[in-house]
This record gives sequence, structure tokens and C-alpha cells, in this order.
Amino acid sequence: MQIDAKDLHFSALGRAVRECADREIVIKNCIGQRYIASGLSGKDIAIYGTPGNALGAYLDGCRIAVHGNAQEATGDTMNGGEIDVYGSAGDATGYAMRGGRIFVLGDVGYRCGIHMKAYKENKPAIVIGGRAGSFLGEYQAGGIIVVLGDSEENKPIIGNFCGTGMHGGEIFLRCDRIPTRLPAQVRAEKLPRLADAEAEALVRQWCALFGKDEKKFLNACYYRLTPDSDNPYRQMYTVN
Amino acid sequence: MDMYIQPDYEVVRNSDRCIACRVCERQCANLVHSYDPDTGKMKADSEKCVNCHRCVCLCPTHALKIVRSDDTYKINANWSNQTINEVYRQANSGGVLLSSMGNPKEYPIFWDKMLVNASQVTNPPIDPLREPMETQVFLGKHTVKIERDERGKLKNTLPPQLKLKVPVMFSAMSYGSISYNAHESLARAAEELGTYYNTGEGGLHKDFYKYGKNTIVQVASGRFGVFRDYLENAAAIEIKMGQGAKPGIGGHLPGAKISADVSETRMIPQGVDAISPAPHHDIYSIEDLRQLVYSLKEATDYKKPVIVKIAAVHNTAAIASGIARSGADIIAIDGYRGGTGAAPTRIRDNVGIPIELALAEADQRLREEGIRDNVSIVVGGSIRSSADLLKAIALGADACYIGTAALLALGCHLCRTCHEGKCNWGIATQRPDLVKRLNPEIGYKRLVNLVTAWNHELQEMMGGMGINSVEALRGNRLMLRGVGLTDTELKILGIKYAGESL
Repeated sequence: MQIDAKDLHFSALGRAVRECADREIVIKNCIGQRYIASGLSGKDIAIYGTPGNALGAYLDGCRIAVHGNAQEATGDTMNGGEIDVYGSAGDATGYAMRGGRIFVLGDVGYRCGIHMKAYKENKPAIVIGGRAGSFLGEYQAGGIIVVLGDSEENKPIIGNFCGTGMHGGEIFLRCDRIPTRLPAQVRAEKLPRLADAEAEALVRQWCALFGKDEKKFLNACYYRLTPDSDNPYRQMYTVN
Repeated sequence: MDMYIQPDYEVVRNSDRCIACRVCERQCANLVHSYDPDTGKMKADSEKCVNCHRCVCLCPTHALKIVRSDDTYKINANWSNQTINEVYRQANSGGVLLSSMGNPKEYPIFWDKMLVNASQVTNPPIDPLREPMETQVFLGKHTVKIERDERGKLKNTLPPQLKLKVPVMFSAMSYGSISYNAHESLARAAEELGTYYNTGEGGLHKDFYKYGKNTIVQVASGRFGVFRDYLENAAAIEIKMGQGAKPGIGGHLPGAKISADVSETRMIPQGVDAISPAPHHDIYSIEDLRQLVYSLKEATDYKKPVIVKIAAVHNTAAIASGIARSGADIIAIDGYRGGTGAAPTRIRDNVGIPIELALAEADQRLREEGIRDNVSIVVGGSIRSSADLLKAIALGADACYIGTAALLALGCHLCRTCHEGKCNWGIATQRPDLVKRLNPEIGYKRLVNLVTAWNHELQEMMGGMGINSVEALRGNRLMLRGVGLTDTELKILGIKYAGESL
């Protein structure tokens, strides 16, 4: 089914998507409608234009392709499924994500992957083609974030305060030098090439999705960030 | 243990009565009591005692009592023993002081400075035993445009509502902070009473999905256990922005308390700390709050009311006004006396404002702006009796949340040591041997008894005023008079002084 989103209020668009019997839905002329596919499962949605904030929030097993840029809080508290953004995504992409995958061709804004967590088979992943803004993976408790830094701008691959409060999960950064100003609670390990099976599979998937050369991204130097178990993030309490 | 600090309470044993049965020893998770085989007598280490009264209640010969120690530093009106001990503790450890349950300090309690009206001569009191007395309330938006279809029939444009048979709900307490048996007691009591309990931010145990129509689920900054089944199994969704016991800070459940079962419910690995950050990282404004409200409404097809819970702070009225415009259906305001499983002492005891003032101010502001019916107001922290409940409704609340009172009904003795996780009453603990001490079969009945009794008292007091429905009591401030209050306090509460007529 095809939905023309032009002049459609978000609640009308949301209802049309929820009540659509078809598995495949194409949304044309999307102009910032929020909450598309919130909590939804079992659909294959292609969006042309720009979806608004909270695209795929609480998503529970759809596949969403955004042919354009996505705005803030894409995949907020997402539980399963896949969101592919053929452009860039805004702030708090994958906030508190609990499962599923987000692939972004371009950059992401601030606080991407903040408070991501994992439990048993639920292991979320975000792969970012370009650069990530500040506070990447803040409070991360599980899951994988990969930043590929495929950008001509010659700017740092991440912003400031990456991994602040991180206490689980891992972040892979494709860069030759250790990012500056990492917090004391984060350990950085240099990898001459991407040897980690899980991260490798994610990068292959990203390359296949966006038609990129695998070799360039696999045979490259990465930094793997994990919480430093010798220096955990905690505040010492005194029982009163 | 700090050599500077002497125990606040002493365990006193009447040796004539003690039969050395060792019940006290088996009951105390703090290991206060021990048996001395040489003398054949029981001993007690008062230093470990938290004064939870478990041993006192279970001693078969009533041989035990706990008394306030009369050991004291030189009396000083400025430096109390407690204040001095806190300095010693921090000098010893360098740590942030951690406490549990609500603020115990001597601040004014405005509930106790408000008196209730009754009918005399001119309008007759109503006897609730003989006449219908409505305590049922509906929470949610009460403003709807009446629309009719082509045939002139009314269209159902009513937003989702929560129906409460009594104007009392159980406050948010997470599985993790309290035990499985405590949760089961609350859930079953809510079902029987026709009201709601609240999961807190710890997710919902699968065993309790069957109580879904009496369950409010919470979405907090850590988003623990939040996914479709969780949202769909609830009657309402509460966004936790703040908590009265610790406004402005988040939560931290230490890894040690994440048992296998708690881990499954929160959906995080066992033994890993569960950190709820202070802010929601996607909410920096009312407009952002609106986004979370609507993403939840979209995810649940607009079938469930959304509650936004905030702590009572200095600008509560303005914040409430924002929330009423955010699309939320219900505002929950939690006063500074509200309980907690663990909070930094300084924050618990010094941050936030009394719920009586915050409620009066918020209700007034929403009325002035003509948006009071956009939302219902629920208040908590702390409602200690049906009198507090009635006064809260007269100040403008639609219903109240009770937490501490509910735990007391389950056997809590307010020892304020929840953060240790060794609750001898089986409430604030995950230790299986302690949890099984709380029998949900008995627990839920005690909760039902408490709320039923309060409801009777509420009906009696309403009847005395000549009011036969909670709806007519709500915001009826003429039914309240102040005693021992300043002009400013009276103005904020919006009530007259006792003896002052219309």
C-alpha cells in the first residue's frame, strides 16, 4: 500500500500505517510526521521524504528504510527489527535501544546510542557510516555501536564525552588515532583490523546495504571502547 | 564499624522471660542476636540493630524491647547526635550519605494544620450507611467536545480513563526495590479494591501480566523492561520525571540486587548495575515531553491514559501547567516526604517541598488558566490516613498515591534501612529466605483492609459535611480551615483561618 503523507497529521498517518493490512507500505512525501511505526511489528515500510522525531520508537520487529534523513530519537527504546537510513540521523538515535539494528549511511547527532542495553538474545546494534556527535554511547549498558567515519570533512570521528557513564557493551571506531578526551571509565584498545566477528558482520551488512566496498572498511584500523572494569563508574556511598 | 559512633537503639532483654528459644537469632538478618553456649543465654549486639522490631514481634515470651539509647554527646541545640554522627561517618569513609524511606525531619506537616468542616442545622449531614456515597473516580481528561453522527447519536469521543472504585492507588515501587511477594500483594489488593498498583521503573514480572487491568507501568529515564508487551499489559503508562524523595537525581540499583529474576524483569544482565540517569536524555522541554507522551500513545493506539509524575519542587505550578498542555492525561505530584528504597540523605532531607503546598498551587494555577479539566491530579508523599486523603481531595486532588502506608500494612516498621537489602519483613529485599516471610495471601488482605477502612472513614467525613460524592469534594477548599498557619501559608493553601466565616 502506498500512503501520500502530504498534508497528513501524524495521528492520521500513524493510524493509516497501523491499520494497513498489507505488509509492505510505502510512505511518500513524508514531511516530518513524528512517531511513525511506534511500537509496530510485522511491516516493511519505505519512507520517502523526511520522517519526524521518534521514528520506530518501541519498534518490535519491522523493517524501515528511510530514503532521506531521519530526525531526532530514531528507534527510541526499539526492541527488534531494522531501521536503515539512507542519509543522516539526528540526536539520540537509538536511545535506550534494547534490540534490533539501525544502519545509517551518513552522520548521527548528539547522544547516539545513549543507554543502550542488552539482555540474552536481545543485543542491539547501530552502525554509523559517517561521524557521531558528542555523548556517543553515554550510559551504554550493552549492545554494539560501530562508527565508520566515512567522511571527507577530515574532522574527528566522534565529538566529546564519548562513553561517559558507560558500564556495558562496546563501541568500535574506525580511526588511526585514539580519540581525545575519553572518560577515565572507558578502556580503548587498538585493533589493526576489524577482527571481531560480530562487528565484522555488521560492517559487511552496512556495506551491502549502501553499496560500499567491504575491503576499505574491514581492512582498517579500529579502536574498541569498553567499560574499564578496573575503574568502574560508581559513587561511593556511606550507609546512614 | 566506626569506633566513634555508638548505637542509637539498644536491645533490652528481660532475662526472667527469655527462654533462649533462639527465635530472635533466626529472625534477624542483621545478626544482632546470638546464643552463648557457655552461659546458656542469648546475647545481643545493639550496634547491628536497625530497630525493625522483627524480633520484638516474634519473641514468644515478650522478653524483648528496643529502646532509644540514653547515651548522648554533650547536649547541643545546634549539633544533634545525628548531625555529629553523620560527620563521623563521612570523615571515616569519604562517602555520600545514603538513606531510605521518606524524609523523617521535623518540618511542618500542613495536613495537621487543616481542619475539616461538618454540617450543623442548615444542611443535614448524610449517613453513609443509609444513603449512597460515591467514592468512585475517573482519572483522565475530562474535556471532550460532544459530537453526534448523522442520526443524531452521540459519538464516543471520550479519551481513555482510569476507573477507581476508591480514590487511592498504590505508588510506584519497583521489583528490585521491593520483593516479588510485596508486588504480588499490591497487585492482588489493587484488583480486589478496583484500583491500581504501579510497577515503578523495574519492568513487569511475567507472572503479574494477569493483573494488567489493575497495573500502571512506568517509563523512566533508564527505560528498564519497557517493550510492547509491557505497555500493552498495562491499564496506564506513567512517565517518571521525578520522585519526591530524590528530586533531580536518578536511580541506581546496585548489581548485587540484580538477582536472576530481577534481571529477567528489568531485561538487563544479572549482577550489572542498573543506572537510571537523572534526566530523560530526550526531554529538555515541555515540547520534548509531549513527544514522549505521544510516542507512547501512538504505540498503544491511544487506548491508555498517560501519567506524568514529577516531584514537588519550587515551580510545580508552572511545570504542571506545561504538563497539562503536553497531551498527558494525568499529573502525579510526589511530595518531599515520599519514600524511596535508597536516596542520598542530603537530597531526601533537603530537596523538594511539601505536597500540600505543591498541590494547592498546581490546582489553583490550572484553574486560573482554564485547563484544570485537561488533566487529573494524583498526589502522594505522604498520605498517612483517610484524613490526609480527604484534605488532599479538598485541596484539589482527584486521587492519592500511597506507598509508605501500603508498606506499613505489609508489616514494614519504618526502620529506614531498605538500602541494605536485608529487610526482615520480606519487603525491601531479594533474599529468598527473607522474601518468603511475607505471605502475599495475608499481605493482600491487609492492604484491602486498610484501603477499605480508609474509604469508610472518607465516606463518614464526607457525609458529615453533607457531601455525597468525591466529585463534589474535589477542590472544595471551603471545607477546610487552617490552624497555626501564617497568612502566606493560608494564601498558598487557598483556605481561611479556623473561625473565619464566609
